[in-house]
Amino acid sequence: MSLATKYPKEVKQILSKYPPEGKRSAVMPLLFLAQREEGFVNKAAMQDIAQMVEISETEVASIVGFYTLYHDEKAGKYRMQVCTDLPCALRGADKFMDDLCANLGIKVGETTPDGTVTLEAVMCLAACDKAPMFQTQGPDGIKYHENMTVDRTLELVKTLKNALGGGK
Amino acid sequence: MAHILLRHREIPDLHKLSVYTQNGGLAAFKNAVTNMKPNEVTDVVKNSGLRGRGGAGFPTGMKWSFIDNKNWPHYVVANADESEPGTFKDREIMESNPFQFLEGLMLASYAVGATAAYIYLRGEFWQIGASLDEQIAELEAEGYLGDKLFGTEYSLKMYTHLGAGAYICGEETALLESLEGKRGQPRVRPPFPPSFGLYGKPTIINNVETFTNVPMIMANGADWYKSMGTADSPGVKIFSLSGRVRKPGNYELPLGTTFRELIYTHGGGVQDSRKVKAIMPAGASSSLIVVDDDKVLDTPMDYATVRTLKAELGSASLIIIDDSVPLDWLINKTVHFFKHESCGKCTPCREGTYWMSHLTQRIHHGNGTNADVDLLLNVAKQMQGKCLCALGDFSTTAVVSSIERFRPDFDKVVKA
Repeated sequence: MSLATKYPKEVKQILSKYPPEGKRSAVMPLLFLAQREEGFVNKAAMQDIAQMVEISETEVASIVGFYTLYHDEKAGKYRMQVCTDLPCALRGADKFMDDLCANLGIKVGETTPDGTVTLEAVMCLAACDKAPMFQTQGPDGIKYHENMTVDRTLELVKTLKNALGGGK
Repeated sequence: MAHILLRHREIPDLHKLSVYTQNGGLAAFKNAVTNMKPNEVTDVVKNSGLRGRGGAGFPTGMKWSFIDNKNWPHYVVANADESEPGTFKDREIMESNPFQFLEGLMLASYAVGATAAYIYLRGEFWQIGASLDEQIAELEAEGYLGDKLFGTEYSLKMYTHLGAGAYICGEETALLESLEGKRGQPRVRPPFPPSFGLYGKPTIINNVETFTNVPMIMANGADWYKSMGTADSPGVKIFSLSGRVRKPGNYELPLGTTFRELIYTHGGGVQDSRKVKAIMPAGASSSLIVVDDDKVLDTPMDYATVRTLKAELGSASLIIIDDSVPLDWLINKTVHFFKHESCGKCTPCREGTYWMSHLTQRIHHGNGTNADVDLLLNVAKQMQGKCLCALGDFSTTAVVSSIERFRPDFDKVVKA
């Protein structure tokens, strides 16, 4: 199903933001919309968006590849993206990440066996005074979780899993 | 002193439009549109001496006066891509005092005759984007945005646009490319955005904090603003303090406040009562200031004086390094960041960050030699001044300053 059929209101609103000569600007918000359900942009969606904004499918794919918040592969329902950049690392982010890996039983880049969470290390998220911190990227958009402990993070993982009906 | 930018710390619920207007908000915009000529607004900002708060410190009013009035339409774009490691000030403004930022953007739009303004937010600011959309809708409903404002001929629309995770989009021409729906890679300049910007049209781009100053300047006058800060750097600045301090956070202080006052009076001093070894005053892009005597800590933080310490104030995002932090580890972190964020357009940055990263990893993991440190310094220096945008140079500053100013630290961790 095309994006315009599935989300008519959202697509119309996105296209209305830009002047006719700037139609292509809609590619980024449309990609976020296409990613909403499955957590990644599939090939059909890229074709669909390419047609809508009148650029080639290759150009759409190059944009998906360039920006870190677009994904072209399936992962866990939520991506847990921990900042391990310099300011956070000065406040214990590397150790937080190691402890989190040990407790979840996965390495950075891997997904929990129930498919709830994929753990990722990311660059600065502008929350340097509230480390350790991470964002979750999922069906409901992006949310910040600041001043975190491993215990509170494991609680959050449980909540996310339950919200998904046991992680299935 | 009462806050000028972080006013929400004194005024509860300032993020609500009714509270903002009860506290004088939007009077400056209404007054400008109904009683002032656009260039009069620019003149007030010019006279205030306000400099861009995104990092470069360029005089704001002068930038606005560069707009090409022979080519229309004009655009104003807010750079809300805040991504420099150590910087987290624009977030607090947009979360807690959003209308003052929006009013500044509206005043800038009126000053340069723009009828459309875009706010380019980093994609991670998803929730801020959603609340700004609601706040823009409120401004439209209350008649502050839309067609023929206050019965004049002036119309203004405002839109948010989310990026999707790319530090480089904080560079203004990469930001414009991204806003146009392309990969965020910098343009060759000149031409500069005031003559060739968004969709090839004259465009003014300023940082969120810069815009947030403008309503207060218009309401209280240029002389009032100049009464704070220093002659060269008037006004207040939000200092984002992070790293090994007890109380990290945002502190709004006059430009010219000393490092000591920020770190010890406001930041509570260094964790575990250790000594400050180095200061990175402009985030990961900084040179490391050597703190080897008390005089350094007593240096006033303004754009010109920080330069005497062979560093830039930049966005004033201070990362405090104490004597427990190994510098081979530190530059391995910063180089990893810049390698990840290099857009790949120009060769010196793409290849240079890649090779620097090889070397910093080798040195940090204890497999480096003295010759590797020399090579790393050599690669970094060869990149300087040869990259298409500032990111390439930024990737080298922590490396070069660490090695040149703290060489014995590296001698300790490498083989002969």
